[in-house]
Amino acid sequence: MIDLLFFAQLQEKVGSPKITIEANDISIKEIKEKFLAKYKMDHLLNEAMIAVNEEYSKEDAVVFSGDVVAFIPPVSGG
Amino acid sequence: MDNFWITDKPIQVNDCIRKVTHPKAGAISTFIGIAREFTKGKQTLFLEYDAYVPMATKQLARIGMEIKQTCPEAEIAIAHRIGRLEISEVAVAIAVSTPHRDAAFKASRYAIERIKEIVPIWKKEHWVDGTKWIGNQKETTSYENKIPTKEEMH
Repeated sequence: MIDLLFFAQLQEKVGSPKITIEANDISIKEIKEKFLAKYKMDHLLNEAMIAVNEEYSKEDAVVFSGDVVAFIPPVSGG
Repeated sequence: MDNFWITDKPIQVNDCIRKVTHPKAGAISTFIGIAREFTKGKQTLFLEYDAYVPMATKQLARIGMEIKQTCPEAEIAIAHRIGRLEISEVAVAIAVSTPHRDAAFKASRYAIERIKEIVPIWKKEHWVDGTKWIGNQKETTSYENKIPTKEEMH
């Protein structure tokens, strides 16, 4: 099981801050294709940064059961 | 990471200043970001901030480490507010102490610019006629490799 976290506009689009998926040994790119295509938010996902277990990561990173993947829209703190 | 925190309570700027005050410091530079009512003529009623709190706290601490790489004597404290903010309330407070003033000015500037690049915090504007999550305010970053790097600082 992998937890997917969504924030700001992504969270509103998904309708939830978190989705848990049954998956293991899978790249972020594959997660987007297999689990997130249905939300029709490719544009938002493409401009989002990715964090795995609270560290920035790349889309080709492979994640495993127990990992937490966060999709981080362009930030606007300050 | 006591010097770096996210809070849903009003920020007391003096808390940041106190954390960086010590005998070897000769200067403290502070930066305070507050909620602005008008942006390009459009009136904001209030702001709402969201954060990925554990990661945002870590990224604030990372900014502190980056400053120490340039200026090892620097002490840094950063607090960022989340939740609903009324106009003129403090959104972010930064305090940097250094032995001499030049490094303190530079470091506080660096910290706020870096917050806008790497810290997972989002601002939602609430207007009379709608709302919007605000994206990359620097408008200089393509996020092509999806990882913000130190080299992106100009």
